[in-house]
Amino acid sequence: MSIPAIKTENLRKEFGKQAAVKGLTLQVEQGEVFGFLGPNGAGKTTSIKMLLGLVTPTSGTGWLLGAPLGDRASLARIGFLPEHFRFQEWLTANEFLELHGELLGMASSDLKLRRDELLARVGLTDFRHKQLRTYSKGMLQRIGLAQALMNRPALVFLDEPTSGLDPVGRRLVRDIIHELRDEGTSVFLNSHLLSEIEVTCNRVAFIRHGEVIRVMEMSALDKNLSMLTIRAAGFDSDIVSGLKHWGDDIRVDGELLTMTIRSEADLPEINRYLVAREVQVYALTPNRLSLEEIFIETLGKDSGL
Amino acid sequence: MKKIWIIARMTFLETIRRRIVLTGLVLGLVFLTVFTIGFRMIYINVSAEAANTPNEVFTNIMSSEGFNVLMLAGLYAVTFLSVAMGALLGADTLSGEIISGTIQTIVSKPVRRSDVVLGKWLGFAILLAGYSLLMSGGTVLSVWIQSGYTARNVLTGLSLIYLESLLIMTISLCCSSFLSGLATGGVVFGLYGLSFIGGWVEQIGAILQNETAVKVGIVTSLIIPSETLWRRAAFEMQSPISGALGISPFGTISVPSPLMIGYAIFYLILALMAAISIFNHRDL
Repeated sequence: MSIPAIKTENLRKEFGKQAAVKGLTLQVEQGEVFGFLGPNGAGKTTSIKMLLGLVTPTSGTGWLLGAPLGDRASLARIGFLPEHFRFQEWLTANEFLELHGELLGMASSDLKLRRDELLARVGLTDFRHKQLRTYSKGMLQRIGLAQALMNRPALVFLDEPTSGLDPVGRRLVRDIIHELRDEGTSVFLNSHLLSEIEVTCNRVAFIRHGEVIRVMEMSALDKNLSMLTIRAAGFDSDIVSGLKHWGDDIRVDGELLTMTIRSEADLPEINRYLVAREVQVYALTPNRLSLEEIFIETLGKDSGL
Repeated sequence: MKKIWIIARMTFLETIRRRIVLTGLVLGLVFLTVFTIGFRMIYINVSAEAANTPNEVFTNIMSSEGFNVLMLAGLYAVTFLSVAMGALLGADTLSGEIISGTIQTIVSKPVRRSDVVLGKWLGFAILLAGYSLLMSGGTVLSVWIQSGYTARNVLTGLSLIYLESLLIMTISLCCSSFLSGLATGGVVFGLYGLSFIGGWVEQIGAILQNETAVKVGIVTSLIIPSETLWRRAAFEMQSPISGALGISPFGTISVPSPLMIGYAIFYLILALMAAISIFNHRDL
């Protein structure tokens, strides 16, 4: 068993009497692209900051790549793109990447090589001698991403990497994440764009008030988890609770019953169950659940701040 | 050590790119030009007077006294400008980067937080040295070129003026580790004002031989030993006659002891250590 990329046990952060993160326990394996989902104010950014040593946890422990949180040497193997990325805007793109490479302790020849490689990758080679103050929001996000990848990190934290990007930029970020995954880099992705998470992540965690509510394999989304709508007459509460055998979140509204089922293969059995209890079944309609629907199911409609 | 130097270089580059160096240079040159013209006018006047006076020795003494006062007046203004430069450089540096978030990508690298503080301090210290050299050096040079006059202990004096700007910059950097830029500016200039008025209370107290007033001055010097450094610098550079007579507006009657310079250096180191400690422990 390899060392996990991230492991935390009950990480907690209080600001005054308010707990921003109540107790974060999670594990991300090496090579995984891990999505971190939650409403605004769920403590996602504070959690990332604790992992990176920017914020000291009130209690709890954690490890990055096997090293305890706050271990300086391990930061040389980690990349980070903060949310609302702002930086030394008086530097040119070249100088900016060099500065961050130097702070990472990279050798000068390797640094220049990597700088040119990344400028080309994020499409900013032609703007390398321009000061960052002249950059658009999208260009800044791209150079920020390049900065996070200077050291060919084993683990990258991306906090809202696609905010402010146009569709082309979003596509670029998505492609880069795919490349990172193919290279075996672990990615910790915090994003509100669920469609992005859906196409890039292996697993996601749903966070509310700084606690992991649910961890889900994204493959479950493709293969199994579905929303089933049943139109039928003659339900009673016993029959409805019997349906729990195949799924959860059962809701009845007149002739319509909705529930999430674990596998579409269960449909014929559900049908037999209903018919045997003399329910008049007019339709059984499975719908693949989108991540957005699962998000709202899991975290509720009004959990954001 | 390498990381400190990287941060110092970046800090220095920032002051150049954000035109802080340019504005300092332009306004500094304007100051030196005005000073030079003013000195020139007075020098011509004094020389004409001297030509009509039979007692040459007396004239020489009186004109060198005049040059001394003029030079100290120039350096007094330079001291204030250097202090303002130091205060402004330090005020927004940590707080500004914390608010904007630029500090996050720096501190999440394998860099000690103390290296960030020390690097910024070093960058500003180098810049202030350049500024000091231009302004104080320029003032002294202007007087020397025009009149051939130079004060005694001029190097010690100029070093003390530089030390004062360093002290204020360090206090500013320290406040900036936990206060906003604006609040830092308020605190630092407030302290400077306190030190300024404390210095004058002590001087006037000494003239009137009022011990309580002198003690008030000494206590303010302990709270903030910046004006003390200027008074020691002025004492080092003043002419022996004006020192003895106490006639120069910058002459010092109650002279800060060398111990006070040691105290100011100790204060500076303490402020720098406090800046590191506060920045080390705060959430970013």
